[in-house]
Amino acid sequence: MKAVILGATKGIGRALARRMVERGDGLALLGRDLEDLKRSAADLAARAPQAPAAGIFRCDLEDPATFAPALTAAEEHLGGLGAVVLTAGLFATQEQLEADPERARRVLTVDFAHSVLFLEEARRRLLARGGGTLCALSSVAGERGRKPVVLYGAAKAGLTRYLEGLDARYRRAGLRVVCVKPGFVKTGMTAGLPVPPFAGEPDPVARDILRALDRGAPVVYTPGVWRWVMLVIRHLPRVVMRRVGF
Amino acid sequence: VTRPPTLSGWGRLAVPGRELRSEDLPALAATASLTRGLGRSYGDSSLPAPGHDRVAASPLADRILAFDPESGLLRAEAGLSLAEMNRLLLPRGWFTPVTPGTQLVTLGGIVAADVHGKNHHVAGTFGRHVRSLVVRLAPRGDHPGSIVRCSRDELLDLFRATLGGMGLTGHVLEVEVQLEHVPSPWIWAESDRYPALEPLLSALRAASREWPMTVAWVDALASGRKRGRGIVHRGRWAEPREAPARPPAPARRVAVPFEAPSWLLNRPAVALANALLWRRHPARGRRGVATPESFFYPLDAVHYWNRLYGRRGFTQYQCVLPDPGAEEATLRFFDVLERATTRGPAPFLCVIKDCGGEGEGLLSFPRPGLSVALDLPADPGIQDVVDALNETVIAAGGRIYLAKDAFTRPEHFRSLELRLPEFERIRRRYDPEGYLASAQSVRLGLTPPGGPHFSEDP
Repeated sequence: MKAVILGATKGIGRALARRMVERGDGLALLGRDLEDLKRSAADLAARAPQAPAAGIFRCDLEDPATFAPALTAAEEHLGGLGAVVLTAGLFATQEQLEADPERARRVLTVDFAHSVLFLEEARRRLLARGGGTLCALSSVAGERGRKPVVLYGAAKAGLTRYLEGLDARYRRAGLRVVCVKPGFVKTGMTAGLPVPPFAGEPDPVARDILRALDRGAPVVYTPGVWRWVMLVIRHLPRVVMRRVGF
Repeated sequence: VTRPPTLSGWGRLAVPGRELRSEDLPALAATASLTRGLGRSYGDSSLPAPGHDRVAASPLADRILAFDPESGLLRAEAGLSLAEMNRLLLPRGWFTPVTPGTQLVTLGGIVAADVHGKNHHVAGTFGRHVRSLVVRLAPRGDHPGSIVRCSRDELLDLFRATLGGMGLTGHVLEVEVQLEHVPSPWIWAESDRYPALEPLLSALRAASREWPMTVAWVDALASGRKRGRGIVHRGRWAEPREAPARPPAPARRVAVPFEAPSWLLNRPAVALANALLWRRHPARGRRGVATPESFFYPLDAVHYWNRLYGRRGFTQYQCVLPDPGAEEATLRFFDVLERATTRGPAPFLCVIKDCGGEGEGLLSFPRPGLSVALDLPADPGIQDVVDALNETVIAAGGRIYLAKDAFTRPEHFRSLELRLPEFERIRRRYDPEGYLASAQSVRLGLTPPGGPHFSEDP
């Protein structure tokens, strides 16, 4: 598979990139810090010397002007394009976002508007090639309006709906859309937060995502138990949601 | 109501505090007074000092930055685990030059403890094979600590103090180490059992004259004429013609799913388990190929085996009794152990290793002699037992291993660690304001209690 990953230097994206190079996939890594990208490319090269060397290209989710040039360069490096994966995003707690409107603006913009714009850019390129896989990390936070994730969850809910719409509109044209809904995963993004039950580690989550990429599964909950947790939460009545803390 | 978070070492003795993880270890380390790896040190070396609410944790900073398949030189971020190194590099013919008894440790933790292994008598500690380190120093005033490289050529004092320095000289960010080329990914292992301590020790010494890897397991609860009976293990990397053509399959693992009741590992149960281990070993000995996992990391096969000790937790006591006279000192040590634990905690999993030369690390543990390690449940009498053992070790001129320690008193530590003044001099040079601290360093009087606090948000 020839794949572009935006967000492969950290967390789930890093674990996913490792699994992909270890099985021989060609990768282009997109990110905002070239030094950091270099270190990740070195890591991948040391882990899988037989895999094609990963290309690195500057792309900043806060700056949509970087999307098209990065994707063009990545496509050129790979000599093709089978999948585009977006694992980058911003997170802040509800308390932090309520206290800081500028931070809220950044999180809402990056996690929804700019994520969608990046995926649109990728969608056009995949469709121009007759199809491919488009994958983004949404979140279980987008499943239901909940006290601790009102703003972050709203952005992720928007992203989830966008991916659902793409699947409806372009599946026949050959676009396989994969919406990943991770539960709580112990990465740098969630460091310092109280760890809830069913928290996952990056590598098993990456394994689930890779399986979904290969199959073109439209929705994947990971760790898998979150499918059932969210099934319950989606069906809780409003009066309960007003009372509970999660 | 949520209880305040607690953190513990492998011995499960908890203190208030939490760990923060990040891929960006340099930034994270600037917000903490200590960095820990995977928390496999038994005592309080990886725990925050009283009043410090957090430690930085390195396991997400785990990238390999360079690996030369010709020379075996590896440079990586400090959070890379030995398990991952082995998974990736052993099939390619490269292994860590020195391994502790678990692979669930990080490079940074290995350096901080300057670990030794079954090959100490030939390979020394891990530090001997380290080329250079990248370290984040303690902050000074308003300046976050600077990031420096140290090696045998630059900042030698910092390099030597950081090897075995338990994270108290700075946050280890990167490690460059020379790996060992192995002829096959299999071990040729042999073992024989001996009915008492004296023949066991002489067999261990004899084995080390011919074998690169040796260790002895001792039934620490056998008494009378059987006291100190045990098994001597010796091994070397198998030659390709002896080894199976296929690489070893990853070991299957089981987990202890929850905390066992504290009475589970009681004296009769431990005595029975030890006796079974001894009896099940064939009298004529064992010879054959083994996987590195079963040879080096037998306990890794049981996830969370530390839960077997129950809520009370446990400690490991490890000391080295110096040559010449290590054998006599070990016999005396077992006398004291038997008297001190007749009613108190029953020692389990006793391991003896003959050590080679002292390492370059200023607080590096091993020195020529015999190292004795044993697990002791943290029963009410544990402090008295550790005190009695420490006094025996002081009398013998030996020392203890900080990566295991949870109960040593500061006054005992000063007598056990004669190199301490030099270490403290270098520490003051690089951390004049005394920012860096651990629960252990405060307990042992290496750093004053109190210490600075860090802001809530990194």
